[in-house]
Amino acid sequence: MNVRQYLELTNRRRFLGRVAGGIGAMALGDLLAADTNPLAARKGHFTGKAKSVIFMFMEGGPSQMDLFDPKPGLQKWHGQALPDSFTRDLKLAFIKPSAAVLASPRVFKPHGQSGTQFSDFIPHTASCADDICLVRSMSTEAFNHHPGQLLLFTGSTQIGRPTMGAWTVYGLGSESSNLPGFAVLTSGAGTSGGATNFSSGFLPSTFQGTPLRGSGDPILYLANPPGVSGLTQRAGLDALRDLNEEHHAAVGDMEIASRMASYELAYRMQSAGPELADFSGESRETLDLYGVNDETSRPFATNCLLARRMVERGVRFILLMHASWDDHVQLNRKLKRNCDITDRPTAALLKDLKRRGLLDSTLVVWGGEFGRTPMQEVRNTQEADNAGRDHHPNAYSMWLAGGGIKGGQVIGKTDDLGFNVVEDPMTVHDLQATILNQLGFDHTRLTYRHMGRDFRLTDVHGEVVRKMIA
Amino acid sequence: MMRIGTLVTGLPVLLSVPVAAAQAPDFAREIAPILARNCSGCHGAAQQMSGLRLDDGVAALRGGYSGAVIVPGNASGSALMARVTSQKENFRMPPAGPRLDEAAVAKLRAWIDAGAVWPASAAKAGGAKGSNHWAFQPVRKPAVPAMGAEWGRNPIDAFVLAKLAEAGLKPSGEAPRAVQLRRVTLDLTGLPPTPEETAAFLADSSPGAYQRVVDRLLRSPHYGERWARHWLDLARYADSDGFEKDQPRPWAWRYRQWLIEALNRGQSFDQFTIDQIAGDLLPNATLDQRIATGFHRNTLLNREAGVARAEDRFEILVNRANTIATTWLGLTAGCAQCHDHKYDPITQRDYYSLMAVMNRTIDDEIDAPVEGEFGPWLRTQADFLAKRREILNKHRIPELEAEWEVKMRQAILNPGKDVEWDFAVTACRAMLDNADKLLLMDRDRRPERLARRITAQFLSSAGPDIPRDKEKQDRVKKARGELTELEGAFPRLSQAMVVQDDPTVPPAYIAIRGDYKRQGLTVEPLPPAFLPAMKTTGEPARLAFARWLVARENPLTARVIMNRVWQEMFGRGLVRTSEDFGTQGERPSHPELLDWLAAEFMDGGWSLKEMQKLMVMSAAYRQSSAARPDAAAKDADNALLARQSRLRLAAENIRDSALAASGLLSRTVGGRSIYPPQPAGVAELGYGSRKWVESAGAERYRRGLYVHFQRTTPHPQLMNFDAPDSTLACSRRRNSNTPLQALNLLNDPVFFEAAQALAVRVLRESPAGFAPRLNRAFALTVARPPSARESERMARLFDQQLGILAGDAGAVPQLMPVEVEGVARVEAAAWAALCRVLLNLDEFITRE
Repeated sequence: MNVRQYLELTNRRRFLGRVAGGIGAMALGDLLAADTNPLAARKGHFTGKAKSVIFMFMEGGPSQMDLFDPKPGLQKWHGQALPDSFTRDLKLAFIKPSAAVLASPRVFKPHGQSGTQFSDFIPHTASCADDICLVRSMSTEAFNHHPGQLLLFTGSTQIGRPTMGAWTVYGLGSESSNLPGFAVLTSGAGTSGGATNFSSGFLPSTFQGTPLRGSGDPILYLANPPGVSGLTQRAGLDALRDLNEEHHAAVGDMEIASRMASYELAYRMQSAGPELADFSGESRETLDLYGVNDETSRPFATNCLLARRMVERGVRFILLMHASWDDHVQLNRKLKRNCDITDRPTAALLKDLKRRGLLDSTLVVWGGEFGRTPMQEVRNTQEADNAGRDHHPNAYSMWLAGGGIKGGQVIGKTDDLGFNVVEDPMTVHDLQATILNQLGFDHTRLTYRHMGRDFRLTDVHGEVVRKMIA
Repeated sequence: MMRIGTLVTGLPVLLSVPVAAAQAPDFAREIAPILARNCSGCHGAAQQMSGLRLDDGVAALRGGYSGAVIVPGNASGSALMARVTSQKENFRMPPAGPRLDEAAVAKLRAWIDAGAVWPASAAKAGGAKGSNHWAFQPVRKPAVPAMGAEWGRNPIDAFVLAKLAEAGLKPSGEAPRAVQLRRVTLDLTGLPPTPEETAAFLADSSPGAYQRVVDRLLRSPHYGERWARHWLDLARYADSDGFEKDQPRPWAWRYRQWLIEALNRGQSFDQFTIDQIAGDLLPNATLDQRIATGFHRNTLLNREAGVARAEDRFEILVNRANTIATTWLGLTAGCAQCHDHKYDPITQRDYYSLMAVMNRTIDDEIDAPVEGEFGPWLRTQADFLAKRREILNKHRIPELEAEWEVKMRQAILNPGKDVEWDFAVTACRAMLDNADKLLLMDRDRRPERLARRITAQFLSSAGPDIPRDKEKQDRVKKARGELTELEGAFPRLSQAMVVQDDPTVPPAYIAIRGDYKRQGLTVEPLPPAFLPAMKTTGEPARLAFARWLVARENPLTARVIMNRVWQEMFGRGLVRTSEDFGTQGERPSHPELLDWLAAEFMDGGWSLKEMQKLMVMSAAYRQSSAARPDAAAKDADNALLARQSRLRLAAENIRDSALAASGLLSRTVGGRSIYPPQPAGVAELGYGSRKWVESAGAERYRRGLYVHFQRTTPHPQLMNFDAPDSTLACSRRRNSNTPLQALNLLNDPVFFEAAQALAVRVLRESPAGFAPRLNRAFALTVARPPSARESERMARLFDQQLGILAGDAGAVPQLMPVEVEGVARVEAAAWAALCRVLLNLDEFITRE
């Protein structure tokens, strides 16, 4: 049998017809409408500038003073312990306050019309200076990875709450009817948070992040099992629909209708997933821009390009995780390696979104769960260039671009040695409030009732940082 | 709020208002009005923020959670003065509105300096806040309403019918008998009935047939599995630590094993409670009673090396307090970690008193042999120990370990001297429980099992020096390898994670604003003050508390437990918010029925099985679940039970059903966790990119509740179908309906294999011919024969499928990898495709 014959067969198929009192093909389409489909696109509290978010999560804590926040003041103290008064309030995971200072060997230069300073490790990112809003005054309460990641994504250091992406699709639904509304892309090693970084917590699991995978099925269980051809799959689904329809007519439970809709969406995902991952329509120039064909940057570049393609297809929240920037030792070597992997694709993503007119409606966020100490960490005193940096929650950098954020500016300042924020402090909850604001939400009103209490992403904190907004 | 100590030293004397000499202000005329106007809105009779009350002399002088705020005779040492005079916005009191004027401040200062005399005539009635909330009132057994003869089988029905009649509704008719059998079998055992069980039941028209089924199911060993899974949701059970390192817990299953056995033998719920909360404290505690305390050990544990151990310990105690509150009391106590509960009468003091119950404990592992382990272990132990010593001595490990220990102790006692050893200590603390205690213990007095833990820790992480000496490094490596091999070759005893009493733990305290570093008043282990008091019997507090949980006068436990059992049988609790019986939870749909069940439960000896039997025997339970358009207008949520409810099966039971239908299911009860196939890349998402090594043989086909639960990267089939994340007690699962579930059932190799096996089974067990085979397939999956229309539709699919395969011969052996005698391969392949459809039916994953 060929496809034409098969289609003829299925067209004659309607054995139940619409007379059986079941819901026919029309009603099935309606099921995807707002009432029954929790992922149907909807408005926030107001119309936000951003329709999609790409959160580029740099797991482990990139070193801000080697990338974004030049601290020449450290030279004077290089190799020496700081007086107690500097280090008294530090929360340190591994090193002691008496650890020697490590000045950055990086060279910083101003870029773009804005003249924002970036390190020589990230020239491509630096070339987007005028689109980037660099925040040098981030701080967080957590100084270990998993609590830090939980705080960043859920607003609390304890496991169990919904993540930012889940809150976003809970609030806005998704524009895509055949891809997940909240997608997760990973490269490098596994992350400390694992699935808790994209969990729906106590929100319905409909809102959890769906990992899209670099190898194997792009989505778990997306491919038919061996021997199940497209025809077999469709024939089986048609029979399944008819039997479910029959049962629905008998017991009248809307859950059955909803399940039938889920199967149809699943079927569409089966073709949309591979189409998403098929780069054959992308120009050579685009592939090179991202570095998709470069051995070093390929996995990350592929994810960046996938992210753009998902934005085009209406995916609401894309979490792009790269692990790990946790450079306790051998900072110079490891940081360079991560920058070589990520710098070009990151810039390509911004430029590509911009030239396609998507950057205005796509909020891009780049950063980790905390920063790194001005002091060094050494675990092997006999190895040359063994020095790295410990976790530093008090002051670190992140950047945002697009989605109604005003580029070409720097928010906040740290002290001469980079220990603390001295101007425009911004907490993780402020960042969350601002992201939600760009999506069209008053963060204090995006709530979900659980265990007798209304919960929100920003817990009981957070203020929108107006300075950042265009 | 800051701690008083900091505050007093941190603030200079602030104001230079001249104090009226010696003349003490009159309290009633001059002081009370200041307090009433400025303070008692938040620190008065209605609420006492931060535990402070300023409209009552005794309470005011006692102070708040951070301690005294008025020091008679010493105004400048009184927190009250520091607060009202502070220049700091977020610190000054009152927090809003105008600040106290200078005259008022001067009066307060003079009054305190003069001794803060609070005349008895001005005292208010103090005491704990009472509550009129329904759930906190004593359980009384209401009279069973009168009921006509036309409907109803037991008292449950009388209560249900009375409510229906009030709303002008009638109950539904009985569900078809096959549906009743499938329903009660799934509800009591989590497995579908076999076709033979269905046939036998349908053939038995004698009175008592249904009851005999119920009795059989309650005796089934699978009963314990099904209800253990429900309890494991509350116990936030998992097979790993959680957080970054997320180390596997190879012995977590031992608690699960105990649980299944306790439920199967019908242990009374009061003893079941006491054993889990404080079994170790019972006189002559049995091994089972100690294993039961593993309930508490299911908390998450953050082994990230940089984590402050004290902080993690605090979080663990918070989790334990919250879990007890949810599981037994139906209270959302978590809010009171940081402040008095906004809606319920639970104060911060109540919360930390509850936490104090779990405070004086230490985590430990004990030998917990299961049947058949002890003898072989005993016979070989001497040999094992000798060989172990031999290996250690051969590689001269004791001397290396001794050097390491000396350095470790130095680094523990003098941190900051050597960065490498500091790191070694930090890393060791994260991986070795109670590391400081063990390492600082006198070597000669260390019990053998603790010494072995230290040796194991040393061999796995030998500090900074040894890796630099190739010869020593080799010795450690060899010893480690040989010991692993030795342990694998000898019988071992299963271990259990337990808690034990530890009187050396300092007393619990109120953590100001939930911050463990800000210690407020110390608290005693006690239940919440608004509930009946705990009897002090001279027993340890944790044991007394356990007995209090199941005391007849406790208004919550029996109601909460009966409500949850009801929820599992009817799809929603009589109190829909089964996790919250407080004022923010919903009120019961049938308050008298709930009380009747609770009273019956307690008075009848706390038997879960008896109460479950009562529920499944009721006419209310045995009703049809078909929609009732007539009732929907009056009762859209079916709270009044004009019908039964259709319930999607739990994640684990979906797996169980597919394996049972296909005949692949291994029915072994208990034992270790298993690793069924899971897509590549799932486990690797977590830290350290752990590998998932698939179970082989029958292990692969065990029930869903045995699937290894790795907290940061749980098995996707469980998560797709709404299994809880095992962080907090989960009182009710939600049921989502997503395309990922569809993909899971369609394409997961586990379910595809089940479809293939089901096809083989049908072809082997059924007489030849399409109709008998389809009958058999329906009996195995939905416990009923197909309708004529269903048969017709499936026949068409069969023909279509044969047509598709005629043009795609290569697919045939993939769809059907084995030969079935007497059946053409292509036909068998078409049956696999049909069976795949049946395993995806909404009806298959639903308890009707």
